[in-house]
Amino acid sequence: MLEFIVGHFNYWVVIVLMMTGLYVVISTGNLVKKLVGIGIFQTSVFQLYISLGKVVGGSPPILEYLPKEYAKEASNYVETATKTAVATEENAIQPISDIGGTIDVASDPLMGVIYSNPLPHVLILTAIVVGVATLAVGLALVVRIREEYGSIEEIQINEAEYKQEAGGS
Amino acid sequence: MILESVVSSGDTGFAAILSNAAALVVVIPLIGGAVAAILGRGRLAWAWAVLCVLASFILSIVMLSVVLDGGTIAYEMGNWAAPLGIAYKVDSLNALIISLVSGMALLALLFGLPTVEQEIESKKQAMFFGIFLVCVAGLIGISITNDAFNVFVFLEVSSISTYVLVAMGASKNRQALTASYNYLILGTIGATFFVIGVGLLYMVTGTLNMADISLRLVGMGDDRVVRAAFSFIVIGLGLKTAMFPLHTWLPNAYAFSPSIIGMFLASTATKVALYLLIRFLFSVFHTGSSFEAAMFDFVLAPVAVTAMIVCSVQASFQPDVRRLLAYSSIAQIGYMLLGVSMGTAAGLSAALLHLFNHALMKGALFMAIGLAGLGLGVLRISEMRGMGKTMPLTAAGLTVAGLSLMGVPLTAGFVSKYYLVIAALERGWWWAVVAIVVSSVLAIFYVGRMIEAMYLHEPAKHADGSIMKVKTPIMSLVALYVLVLANIWFFFDPSLPLGLADTAAQNLIGGGGS
Repeated sequence: MLEFIVGHFNYWVVIVLMMTGLYVVISTGNLVKKLVGIGIFQTSVFQLYISLGKVVGGSPPILEYLPKEYAKEASNYVETATKTAVATEENAIQPISDIGGTIDVASDPLMGVIYSNPLPHVLILTAIVVGVATLAVGLALVVRIREEYGSIEEIQINEAEYKQEAGGS
Repeated sequence: MILESVVSSGDTGFAAILSNAAALVVVIPLIGGAVAAILGRGRLAWAWAVLCVLASFILSIVMLSVVLDGGTIAYEMGNWAAPLGIAYKVDSLNALIISLVSGMALLALLFGLPTVEQEIESKKQAMFFGIFLVCVAGLIGISITNDAFNVFVFLEVSSISTYVLVAMGASKNRQALTASYNYLILGTIGATFFVIGVGLLYMVTGTLNMADISLRLVGMGDDRVVRAAFSFIVIGLGLKTAMFPLHTWLPNAYAFSPSIIGMFLASTATKVALYLLIRFLFSVFHTGSSFEAAMFDFVLAPVAVTAMIVCSVQASFQPDVRRLLAYSSIAQIGYMLLGVSMGTAAGLSAALLHLFNHALMKGALFMAIGLAGLGLGVLRISEMRGMGKTMPLTAAGLTVAGLSLMGVPLTAGFVSKYYLVIAALERGWWWAVVAIVVSSVLAIFYVGRMIEAMYLHEPAKHADGSIMKVKTPIMSLVALYVLVLANIWFFFDPSLPLGLADTAAQNLIGGGGS
């Protein structure tokens, strides 16, 4: 039980952050604090993705420093991998594990190293950019709302809107 | 399969454009948006936007014709093979959606120039058209891509540009700002839920390609992570589709945005989100697990029926015309969800047909209201009095589209409702038929309010006893009538959308996964 809790520590943090973020968005009436809540909520998703890219015992997905005699072999490795990828193009869908199956493991100095999965990291870089863009638009809107309504509290804005609609009819 | 032969011959010029149509249809408006933003002058940017969207529309029609010939288009971004690279796919399900988005964008631009010049400050117009193009690119991107994470990126591209576009209505009514803000909060939550679901799917399948995910999910329908992913994705996309209890952002966003945006969003944005939901429900998941079947019967179907009735009632009591139409949109989304929730080929086909027809009628209705707003400053139903005399052509267009919304014979709305009723009867859901009828009666009521105000009341403004005629920009009127005539045309000849919807439904339900 304890092992389960400790072993999934990342995911507990994700859940706590996710719920905190959502709660802040729902409970607060302050428009800026709502955006803060959205930020926390999104951060939890970043953490979820990064956690699931972790391979036990894996190093960061950066190629190790190579002594000169290996450098040539490494470039061969890249070439083979590219060729295999091109060769599989004809089969429309092929499981990822099949690609690279033809590489000779024994002669390749890089094959012994375990790397974490870099794909979720790349995805999350994109998601972070998206999050920044959303936050920027959100804050710009809050500035404009403050200019028009003179407040960033939901209650006061709703009151003003109610008066506007009642007065307009 | 025409396009593939073109690729192999390795031609340049026109042939190269055709072979890359699947990518260009997204890339042209995306880059065009950046160019439009620096053009500076409103009319110039508008002409440029029309050019970009026209190019996109022609390409989508070319792809549609390939699909109609029985082919599918698969395109690999940067020549990276399918499971690793990002794949674009055009098949019977999304070919029509892509054409619909680009076609509606074109009509919106033709309709919208005078309204934009009236509603948006002149120095912001070029930027406005730029963002509009980005939004179009995002929506087409969602429809065409076959990569789950790529969907998220395009979802956010289209959403963030939509927030900005909605907020541009602020110079007319400051409530556009709060509407846009609420949309931003809920839209972001929806997109984030979606991306959580995609992450969970990646966790169990190790791939992001939708076809590949679907292959690996076979037999995993009862896995707890897959269930969680399913729920997150359905709720996330439900927010974007304005599925009933998650619809609160929609009415104000449509009502206070600039006319061109209200019209464009009403006819495309929720439709694209619904397409995506269908894609995920039937093409990606479709594992046949009892959990998914229960979600269809006990979540989607009740939600759909509630939306059809509750939102139709809400629409009946709206004084603001555009909010009335927005609530009616949510009710109509209920019709489509009902078709989806039946889980049968007939239901799905009816839902897809209604999706297409509803885009036509809501586009026409919002255009007509936009023109009324342009000519008479109409926002409320009480201000529409006598429009049948002051703006006869616009009023006639609005009436035909309104009849189509009710589902009166001789209009496209009748065809899709007919097929929906047939599908419900086949499934044995008599209560769904009752709901469709009740909702249609309510539609008669709220559309009737508009028609009554337009034709049975004298115009409010009498200067010297004569009726004031309002001039309507000819280009906007042409765009309106293209849609109005389409509403009638697709009653007599629904073979184009119906054939595609049938093929898509057969492929999705009969094919069992891929």
